Amino acid sequence: MRTIQLPRIGTWTAWRDAARGLLADGVPAEAVLWRFGEDAPDDLFGGAVTPAPSSADVTVPKGFVDLASRVVWHSDPERFARLYAFLLRVKRHPRLLSDRGDADLARLRAMEKNVNRCAHKMKAFVRFRDIGAGSGGRRAFAAWFEPSHHTVEPTAPFFARRFGDMDWIIATPDVTARFEAGKVSFAEGQPRPDLPEDGAEALWGTYFRNIFNPARVKVQAMTSEMPRKYWKNLPEARHIPELIAGAEARAAEMRAAMPALPPVRAERILGRARAARPVTWDELRTRAAEASRDLPEGLGRIVLGEGPADARLMVVGEQPGDHEDQQGRPFVGPAGQLFDKVAGQAGLDRQAAYVTNAVKQFKFRRSGKRRLHEPPNRTEIEHAKWWLEAELKLVRPELILSMGATALQSLTGRRDGLLKRRGAVEETPHGPVFVTVHPSYLLRLPDPVRRTEETERFREDLVAARGRIV
Amino acid sequence: MPLTLQQKLAILSDAARYDASCASSGTTRRDSRKGGLGSTEGSGICHAYAPDGRCISLLKILMTNFCIYDCAYCVNRVSSNTPRARFTPEEVVHLTIEFYRRNYIEGLFLSSGIIRSPDKTMEDMVRIARLLREREGFRGYIHLKTIPDAAPELIEQAGLFADRLSVNIELPTVRSLEAYAPEKDAGTIRAAMAEVKAKRTASKDRTHTGKRPPRFAPAGQSTQMIVGADESTDRTILGQSTQLYGDHGLKRVYYSAFSPIPESSAKLPLIKPPLVREHRLYQADWLLRFYGFGVDEITGSRPDGNLDLEVDPKLAWALAHRDRFPVDVQRAERELLLRVPGFGTKTVKRVLATRRHRTLRYEDLQRMGANLKHARPFIVLRDWRPGALTDSADLRARFAPPPEQLSLF
Repeated sequence: MRTIQLPRIGTWTAWRDAARGLLADGVPAEAVLWRFGEDAPDDLFGGAVTPAPSSADVTVPKGFVDLASRVVWHSDPERFARLYAFLLRVKRHPRLLSDRGDADLARLRAMEKNVNRCAHKMKAFVRFRDIGAGSGGRRAFAAWFEPSHHTVEPTAPFFARRFGDMDWIIATPDVTARFEAGKVSFAEGQPRPDLPEDGAEALWGTYFRNIFNPARVKVQAMTSEMPRKYWKNLPEARHIPELIAGAEARAAEMRAAMPALPPVRAERILGRARAARPVTWDELRTRAAEASRDLPEGLGRIVLGEGPADARLMVVGEQPGDHEDQQGRPFVGPAGQLFDKVAGQAGLDRQAAYVTNAVKQFKFRRSGKRRLHEPPNRTEIEHAKWWLEAELKLVRPELILSMGATALQSLTGRRDGLLKRRGAVEETPHGPVFVTVHPSYLLRLPDPVRRTEETERFREDLVAARGRIV
Repeated sequence: MPLTLQQKLAILSDAARYDASCASSGTTRRDSRKGGLGSTEGSGICHAYAPDGRCISLLKILMTNFCIYDCAYCVNRVSSNTPRARFTPEEVVHLTIEFYRRNYIEGLFLSSGIIRSPDKTMEDMVRIARLLREREGFRGYIHLKTIPDAAPELIEQAGLFADRLSVNIELPTVRSLEAYAPEKDAGTIRAAMAEVKAKRTASKDRTHTGKRPPRFAPAGQSTQMIVGADESTDRTILGQSTQLYGDHGLKRVYYSAFSPIPESSAKLPLIKPPLVREHRLYQADWLLRFYGFGVDEITGSRPDGNLDLEVDPKLAWALAHRDRFPVDVQRAERELLLRVPGFGTKTVKRVLATRRHRTLRYEDLQRMGANLKHARPFIVLRDWRPGALTDSADLRARFAPPPEQLSLF
């Protein structure tokens, strides 16, 4: 029987050295007695051995090292023996480590989880107090903490990385960690020190009390993550009983209170905000009528959009055509009719959408009796933006369906790559814009096969657009 | 009389409590070994929990709760009589650093009411972040709430100092936003998200010299939706989330049960906060992101488009699709295993790793962390068969809470 004495500080390296030696000597698990810290050194089988660094060349799977270097910090006295016994099994069956159903491994994994949780809670619940100046003009802080496992040593590097520019001490009954002038050192544990009062704790308590929402009390959710055993060292925890006790009454009071009259300044501030509001429908119509008087040759009247003022979808075409100009309504010509037809097939309710054009006036060239459509140029698109934006602000649609290059230019600022961009949604300050072609494009295709194909694609686009507004 | 720091903190943390997000994870790794203060190492830390069950990870405060907007659900709206206060940038920096040094927090979550103009507000917030990073050498976590209408240059700077940027979508539909937050605009909110996404993508490309540009909001962006203030169904809400995850690459969508506020508005009557619904939405959100479910599948089990409040959404789906079960744990593919109630992603990973070597038994699953109370009726193992349990008529009743006798008086 061998007895191995492991120290309280540096436990992991000591266990590793011991295990290497034992493994090299082929010692079975039942022939080792593990002792830890200040356990009584005398026993029936003679003197204990403190492990020395072993030169034995031992290879184990990396996963095991990761596991063992956490489990050694557990408070269970059996941890060293369990690890060694499992190590012997792993040496024989390396694949054992990936067997999540193995009982021995499950036990060790559970211990690892306990240690990790304890270390995590230590990172969370250590509360420093200001203790004045430390080494070399650095500020110094100290904390008292009571961990459930031996987690001070493995967790100290975290605090060193986090609080690199200050000195700190974390005192615990188990091991005390110090960080001075950039160096971590460990000493035996100590009784609770008397730390000076820290004014920041009152501020922290104020924050804790006020961030709590009394209308949604979930005490169990709190205690499962912040168990009561930690409360005695948390300055904020002293407020918890009072917060829980008063919550019900505070929530009831909020519900019972009648909505109060707004303060006087509210009206003034809101008034200022509303002054910057867009024009109203009436103003827009009046202005359209004004702008339609005394038109120069080659330009039609202003044709505003049509549809519910709160429509969720806004359809933007190019510009009014001959029919539209005569009737003063958008989308009534051949392209509009084609749109209605395909939209109907795509399940898009044209009546529920607001339909309008990027440019508001019919631009034409006379040829005999006929008025021939002329595409708008950049200046005209830019100029007509004011109308479109006014409509957008009034309707505030969830989705804008942009048909053709003119609408695309007006809504997104660039017209290139229409066919590449079609079928996708682009974010703009006006809202999401769904890009597709103009129905008149379909009408102009000479080849009937291609026309059918393209109409099908157009229909798919409309179906996709409909999907976006659910 | 001017307010003390204590009083300001009380007012401005009180005003910030309705923001659900407190995540401090997923950013770049940093530490203070080479100077400065603070570290971020992958997972965040919850430093305390309030009795409302929410974690306290960041110092979550408003820079000011003065606001020129009039959003009905918000305690800080212009028409509310709540006491007002305003921090100076120095005060915010002082609180953050002193709290951080005492290990109370992981960093700062700074939001603000809109004062004067969106640009002015955003400018002050960026200034605070800059002071923390440049003067104090702060390496901890910073989350800035961006103001949707602020100038792009300010957003750009904010993203260079902050780990995470967020802008709240507030309500699930444009319609409700119009009704309850008339000054806010859904288009502007989405455009702000699109902008952050574009900047994040751009910051990942190397320049032609091979240098990396500075990281832009490395922990990504998130948003929050208020649940239960309007009439939206869970299907609408989750559909909206899927779009946000897809279109703007959001890291998280937070759901916040509409909870009574002091100084309520006549437009929005107060209710008891729908906490169970909020919880179910989070569960559904997880199923969407990590378990391969679609919105229609999750919300399809009830005709009204809402989630079942009595059982969790995965169980509800399984109960409605019993023809797919029981699943053979030894053979089923990953996608199917993920759909078994009581199996989490970790359990599935362990099952896949172990079953390569040997046959799984019932007690193995217990050790792998499966919730067998839920899983039992839906799985087959060498030593376990559910028999008629899978199709039994009272299966739902075994999981749902027992019906409550209403009071007779």
